[in-house]
Amino acid sequence: MNDLTDEKIEFLEKTANDIRISIIEMLVAAGSGHSAGPLGMADVFTCLYFHILKHDPKVPTWPSRDRVILSNGHICPVLYATMAHAGYFPVEELLTLRKFKSRLQGHPHRDFLPMLETSSGPLGAGLSQAVGMALADRMDRGKSSGRFFYCLTGDGELDEGQNWEAIMLAGKEKLGNLIAIVDRNNIQIDGYTEDVMPMEPLSHKFESFGWHVEEIDGHNFAAIVESIGRAQAVFDGPSVIIARTIAGKGVSFMERDYKWHGNPPGTEIAGEPPKDEQAKIVLAELRTLGGQIISEHQ
Amino acid sequence: MINPDQKLNPNLFLKKVEQVPIRKGFGDGLLEAGERNENVVGLCADLTESTQMHLFKNKFPDRFIEMGVAEQNLASVASGLSAMGKIPFITSYAMFSPGRNWEQIRTTICYNNRPVIIAGSHAGISVGPDGGTHQAIEDIAITRVIPNIVVISPCDHIEARKATLASVDLEKPVYIRLAKHNSPVITTEDSPFEVGKAQIYYGEADSKADVGIIATGALVYRALKVAEALKKENISAKVLNISTIKPLDADTVINLAKTCGALVTVEEHQIAGGLGSAVSEVLSQNLPTPIEFIGVRDLFGQSGTPDELLEHYGMGETHILDACKKVVGRK
Repeated sequence: MNDLTDEKIEFLEKTANDIRISIIEMLVAAGSGHSAGPLGMADVFTCLYFHILKHDPKVPTWPSRDRVILSNGHICPVLYATMAHAGYFPVEELLTLRKFKSRLQGHPHRDFLPMLETSSGPLGAGLSQAVGMALADRMDRGKSSGRFFYCLTGDGELDEGQNWEAIMLAGKEKLGNLIAIVDRNNIQIDGYTEDVMPMEPLSHKFESFGWHVEEIDGHNFAAIVESIGRAQAVFDGPSVIIARTIAGKGVSFMERDYKWHGNPPGTEIAGEPPKDEQAKIVLAELRTLGGQIISEHQ
Repeated sequence: MINPDQKLNPNLFLKKVEQVPIRKGFGDGLLEAGERNENVVGLCADLTESTQMHLFKNKFPDRFIEMGVAEQNLASVASGLSAMGKIPFITSYAMFSPGRNWEQIRTTICYNNRPVIIAGSHAGISVGPDGGTHQAIEDIAITRVIPNIVVISPCDHIEARKATLASVDLEKPVYIRLAKHNSPVITTEDSPFEVGKAQIYYGEADSKADVGIIATGALVYRALKVAEALKKENISAKVLNISTIKPLDADTVINLAKTCGALVTVEEHQIAGGLGSAVSEVLSQNLPTPIEFIGVRDLFGQSGTPDELLEHYGMGETHILDACKKVVGRK
């Protein structure tokens, strides 16, 4: 697991960048949707789907697969984009996001895309479902299951009390096959999390509920891989990886700005580039890796 | 007279009629379901004995999960279990499940179309001394409006047992409404029970009568007593037991309206949104018929004995009888 070569890291970086480009393209095509979370979580998703998960994109129902439960369903653009690039469905289909009858509903819906582990949208319900799945797995396989259950949540999402019901139960049941990953980007709709509903010290909260805690830079591939490896090795209780991310990572005018939580590129917002120019600026930034690639043909 | 095809309890109108809580039928049914199908699992929010899940728990401790007082988690954890092939039964009092966890039931169970069976015990006014906060009189309304769900309201413990067993094979979300107190045993083992089918308990399906009484749950008993009493006043009545509120057996309801021309609905529930509303939705589209509603008239419950409360809130036998006479007069 901790066998990340330099070549692999380069591959993951490039893939994450491709996924960020897809996220922007699909949001522009949709005309609505969430930018900040998907861009921030692109590296974690790339790591999961291209290095960590036991899965087969061509056989999404493979019973032995690891499960990915996306609790903060509004960041589905990053889930859809990552799944497409991983081979679950055609990349071209990403442009159907949020359209009438699309398989890619605005918030994930299993009826439309059966390969999803669950539908989501209303916050706070994913951890409970992940706990249920992990419990079933243990009922069937005992402690020796080879499967892991990854639940992705937002940090503002942890305001919802139901999460803590699930966190309590996971600690009680000592679910070693459960790994939560929190997108700690410090933003939510009404502002910064520490202004809206302060949650530090978050790591202490999880620890007091009986969880093993990892805190990492959510954009560092080695850190992501190594922390998940350590979490997997904890067999007598659940683990959480608090991934510190930059909301809107990859797009200069979006980074760290909560105003981009629920807006796609092309939204008129005071103080931001004109809405008609946003998509062009963003894609140019991503394609040139933030201006690092200069072409005479530009 | 009592429909002989239904093989109802011969002691029905005797003083010695057996009295068993409806929730007990669920407990027995769940135990049997667990014996028949190893995928059946049980979850309870700190009310194991009260909701009768203790029988299942004692026999299958490894398939029982104590959830503590956390009904939202109860629903969504069950959703996760069902995603892995389990058939989860979740229990609490109806006011808390589906009351408190309504949205989790909607999104994580019904929107995902997961086969989770929600048993809401202590439904209705007849919960008694605990008072209004514990008396669920809105649960039929809030569950039947959710797509994909099946809503069952058994009339006695025997029906409750059959409903519990039947729900295992439905492969859909199910809500079963259970009551706390002893209530008369109306049916027998041989009484027909089928999810989605309403049964004529008094009178004959195709014969005419002056009034039809559509009842659900323990109050079916009072409907039958009233049908007998009306005979003495030369008013003929039929009684329909609606054990499945959703999907409603529209054909049988329409046929009852056709053969009677006037109906009374009877439920231990708010008039708004419950059985009466479901019946009205079908009839106003197909065969508009005068209807009187027996149920709670937009009030909260309170402490009292079951009989005191049912009388106070207008669900006594005299109320049902008067409603029958009134609706006949509206023909």
